[in-house]
Amino acid sequence: MTEEVDAGRRHFLTVATVATGAVGAAFVAVPFLASWKPSARAKAMGAPVEVDISKLEPGAMLKVEWRGKAVFIVHRTPQMLAQLEGIVGELRDPESAESDQPEFAKGATRALKPEYLVLIGVCTHLGCAPLDKFSPGDVTVSADWQGGFFCPCHGSKFDISGRVFKNVPAPTNLPVPPYQFVTDSRILIGAEKGNA
Amino acid sequence: MSSSNAAAKTATKSGGGMLSGLTTWIDERFPLTALWKSQVSEYYAPKNMNFWYFFGSLALVVLVIQILSGLFLTMNYKPSSADAFGSVEYIMRDVEWGWLIRYIHSTGASAFFIVVYLHMFRALLYGSYQKPRELLWIFGMLIYFALMAEGFFGYLLPWGNMSYWGAQVIVSLFGAIPVVGDSLTEWIRGDFYISDVTLNRFFALHVVAIPFALVFLVIAHLMALHEVGSNNPDGVEIKKVKGPDGIPLDGIAFHPYYTVKDMVGLGVFLILFALVIFFAPTMGGYFLENANFDPANSLQTPPHIAPVWYFTPFYAILRAVPSKPLGAALMGVAVMLFVFLPWLDRGKVRSIRYRGPLFKFFLYSFAISFLALGYLGLQPPTPAYTLAARVFTVVYFAYFLLMPWYTSIDKTKPVPTRVTYHAH
Repeated sequence: MTEEVDAGRRHFLTVATVATGAVGAAFVAVPFLASWKPSARAKAMGAPVEVDISKLEPGAMLKVEWRGKAVFIVHRTPQMLAQLEGIVGELRDPESAESDQPEFAKGATRALKPEYLVLIGVCTHLGCAPLDKFSPGDVTVSADWQGGFFCPCHGSKFDISGRVFKNVPAPTNLPVPPYQFVTDSRILIGAEKGNA
Repeated sequence: MSSSNAAAKTATKSGGGMLSGLTTWIDERFPLTALWKSQVSEYYAPKNMNFWYFFGSLALVVLVIQILSGLFLTMNYKPSSADAFGSVEYIMRDVEWGWLIRYIHSTGASAFFIVVYLHMFRALLYGSYQKPRELLWIFGMLIYFALMAEGFFGYLLPWGNMSYWGAQVIVSLFGAIPVVGDSLTEWIRGDFYISDVTLNRFFALHVVAIPFALVFLVIAHLMALHEVGSNNPDGVEIKKVKGPDGIPLDGIAFHPYYTVKDMVGLGVFLILFALVIFFAPTMGGYFLENANFDPANSLQTPPHIAPVWYFTPFYAILRAVPSKPLGAALMGVAVMLFVFLPWLDRGKVRSIRYRGPLFKFFLYSFAISFLALGYLGLQPPTPAYTLAARVFTVVYFAYFLLMPWYTSIDKTKPVPTRVTYHAH
């Protein structure tokens, strides 16, 4: 045995100890970080909601709550539906290519049944609640307004299918939640047919 | 051992009473006298520090005010979505002096930011972030970031509708991050929306995690300050000219000279602080927003969401950009740029007193744009206001991004070797 210190061996042991400790610390961190994910109760409270739409008049809107978010159900009139094709040039994402919705809601009506629009009432900009401004020419929005949704926070505008106009802060159309018709007058929000 | 023993001996010789006996007893076991001397009574600060140097010690006082008033608020506050709003009203109406404690805390939050913004502006005026004070500046910026987090988490706790939607807006900013954005916001909220779960964890962060970080960072900030020494309005390094005793000729002991001076500043501050608490606790809706007197409602956005005033300059930058990811990124950069000031500034002088016209132009334009953005962030987004916000955003960024250019070509004045000082 020599008197000299084996520096290389010391260095190796130090690095090995630190590395082992770091791996252990990373494993210990996992439960703490994972505890921030939605709990089992939060997930259960996010279950689908069934809504009766038999009393919803044409041209009127119903707000229901699903996962703490407002879900808008609009009974659209034929006049409202007639607007949808004419304004395509003014929309940022008319085909809903970059927006969030179930596969069935990609067309101009963005709905299972054209007369019933179901949207998540949360602005895609920063999560404010858009207002229903359905009457054309509503001066609180603009004089040439054709009717749709208007977000009061930062001025984003959406048409009567929730499609976003150009030159507003919101990047995408209002999301459509998964939903299905249980009967002709009852909608189940939060679950599509087949994977309920 | 020698220094503490020497201190002990002197103490015994001069006083010899009960108190100095106790001091000796402690000094043999803990460096009490040594700490007092090195940090306070024999810490030499430049003798020309002016009005702008009040705000550091005031920030420390406000931190103490916030910790104490916050401690007493937690004794009656309930961090749950069902009880939070009601428990704040209970504090306001039923708890003896509860209204005073809450108004001290809510006014203290705004006071903290006023004092810290003035403290930061002082550093910009006199180049206090320059070498060798880079790390001191970075600790200061970390304190500022922790303070922003503290303000944000605390603002949700009253569970008013503006609390709710303010949190909703700011948390959804993380959704702008590509790929992980949506799962990240869900992880932050712990739910599919801002809920009881979110409130409970924000409470924990507000009363435990961030205050601990703040106190730790303040200690690091002060240690760095006392290592490099205080800057001054002339930007002259006083350690370069020392007397035969090794003490800077332009330095005076922090205690009693600056403790006494700071007491005057504290007196003025406390008068103003009390005036707000007793006569204008909501400050016309700026310190406590009107919409927050309605309980949180996830289905009803207030007609106009504005964050509290201390975040509005950055909020105006966010809104000025018509793209969400870009706006969020620009806002983040606007906050972070301060950290890089020591390396962006190529000036050969520190203080504005010896800087050239270009630096003055850019600094004053920056100060004006910061205030203007703060105002615009409180207003609804009309086209005219949005245009103005875009202009001021450009001015804001010009101060930082053009700094390497204008500080290196600017005409500076000669810096004296000693501080300028007029005896009173």
